[in-house]
Amino acid sequence: MANALEPSRSTAKDGALSLRGVRKVYDPHGTSVVAVDDWTLEIAAGEFVVVVGPSGCGKTTLLNGIAGFDPITDGEIALDGATVASASRSLRPGADRVVVFQNGSLFPWKTVLDNVAYGPIVQRRMSRAQALQAARSFLTRVGLGDIADAYPRKLSSGVQRRVEMVRALINDPKVLLLDEPFRALDAIARGIMHEELLKLYDATQKTVFFITHDLDEAIFLADRVVVSTCRPARVKHVLPIDLPRPRTYLMMASPEFMALKRQIADAVHEEAEKAFRLGEPELA
Amino acid sequence: MAEAPRRPPRRRIAWSSLGLGAAGFVLFIAVWSLLVHFNVWRFSKLPDLLSVVREWTSRTPAYGVSVFTPTYYADIWASTVRVFVAFLLATALGVPLGILLGWNRVARDFLFPLLELIRPIPPLAWVPLAILMLSGQQSAMIFLTFIAAFFATVLNTMLGVTSIDESYLRAAYCLGSRRWDVLWNVVVPGALPYIFTGLQIGMGVAWFSLVAGEMIAGEAGLGYLILNSYTELQTVTIVIGMITLGFVGYLSSALVRWIGHRLMVWQTR
Repeated sequence: MANALEPSRSTAKDGALSLRGVRKVYDPHGTSVVAVDDWTLEIAAGEFVVVVGPSGCGKTTLLNGIAGFDPITDGEIALDGATVASASRSLRPGADRVVVFQNGSLFPWKTVLDNVAYGPIVQRRMSRAQALQAARSFLTRVGLGDIADAYPRKLSSGVQRRVEMVRALINDPKVLLLDEPFRALDAIARGIMHEELLKLYDATQKTVFFITHDLDEAIFLADRVVVSTCRPARVKHVLPIDLPRPRTYLMMASPEFMALKRQIADAVHEEAEKAFRLGEPELA
Repeated sequence: MAEAPRRPPRRRIAWSSLGLGAAGFVLFIAVWSLLVHFNVWRFSKLPDLLSVVREWTSRTPAYGVSVFTPTYYADIWASTVRVFVAFLLATALGVPLGILLGWNRVARDFLFPLLELIRPIPPLAWVPLAILMLSGQQSAMIFLTFIAAFFATVLNTMLGVTSIDESYLRAAYCLGSRRWDVLWNVVVPGALPYIFTGLQIGMGVAWFSLVAGEMIAGEAGLGYLILNSYTELQTVTIVIGMITLGFVGYLSSALVRWIGHRLMVWQTR
């Protein structure tokens, strides 16, 4: 929607995501691997949840289940009460659950503007001209107006990620799914991106489901940090983050931040060691 | 939009590369002339460059073919028309088939083994069947020219589709695409670099299949000119035909490349 940046929306309460006993078993070479097991969490509409855990421990599998890329073996995933995925059914991917990927997935053959307008155009929600107009004004509002006509390859990866988030948000999704979106960025660019993401979040109040292996990133962004275990992935620990919003990078050096970090560092470290010992190649 | 699209900085002409290229030509011509002059092996049977150029630019060519004779252009035209008809057919059939094979597993399982079996058959091996089955030499030759270009196009297009990064497809579905939208907005543009690689290879193999075909079944064209000059021992005309093939072959590949660049500005800009 063109005005997805405006907080006072009638749909602002949309986006409650519930994961109940989600289980995913892969059977790649005849031996079944339990990637996710009994993963349960209720996420309120507009909540920013970060799932933290070592890479390759089933977090992406979980996200793929929510997005509809991959069916789940058991349990249920529901969005605002409606089943998105269960053992028997799996909704196709759709604009109510937009994913921002690890490696960036802006279409390199489309300009920034055409990338952002893509969702509204293919959903036939508005005419092409209206979609382009909406995309341009959205980009302008978030300070990306002057690169609207550039091709993605010409942009820094940080700017590409921002565009990608705009491309997701213009569809007014119920939940935004982010799969280690800043993994490829250096620490400084990542810091900037965290603030950019939070600006977009504060403005849109979308439900965010964010995956990372970076504990600082998790605490800085989240309303709640969920530590996920390794092989299979299960909820190990849930930590509410009561740092005030809007957040600033200086908070990362505050005693409160350190105290929060101390509370879950052990849990994360334990899983990291487990993952290290397992040393298996990453699952999808 | 506020600002004009930025133009890419004009690429500076690399004089050193041009110089090296020119040196390559000079070396080639020098070796050629020396081999002919000193009759190394049986090189005196070949004309030297000077007699080729003289014949080529003569108003009254000794063997009847120069830039001033209409038959020269008739031969170029005959060959060019065949190549372009065959190339367009190969593109029109090969690109959609390649996309289908890359995009649809059932189609791939069904057709790919068959294609892989037919593909290695050289165009020349098709000559007898082409002449027997197709009415007229023209269509037979177009078929021979088509066949190799077609396989190059199909294969590269298929490869282009299968090599598209999965996250583009997923992103497209996430944003609400139907299969058809994904085809037009992701699969086709995503495969385009490979498709054009295939088309360039296709254009190259089209020319050499054509010349082979013309030598066997032709009654006009550059391949026919070369073979005909051979039977009449007009080596000067043979070399004129060969150099001309080099030029038109190069120009047609350059044309394909240029169209590719125009369609894929996103790669460079």
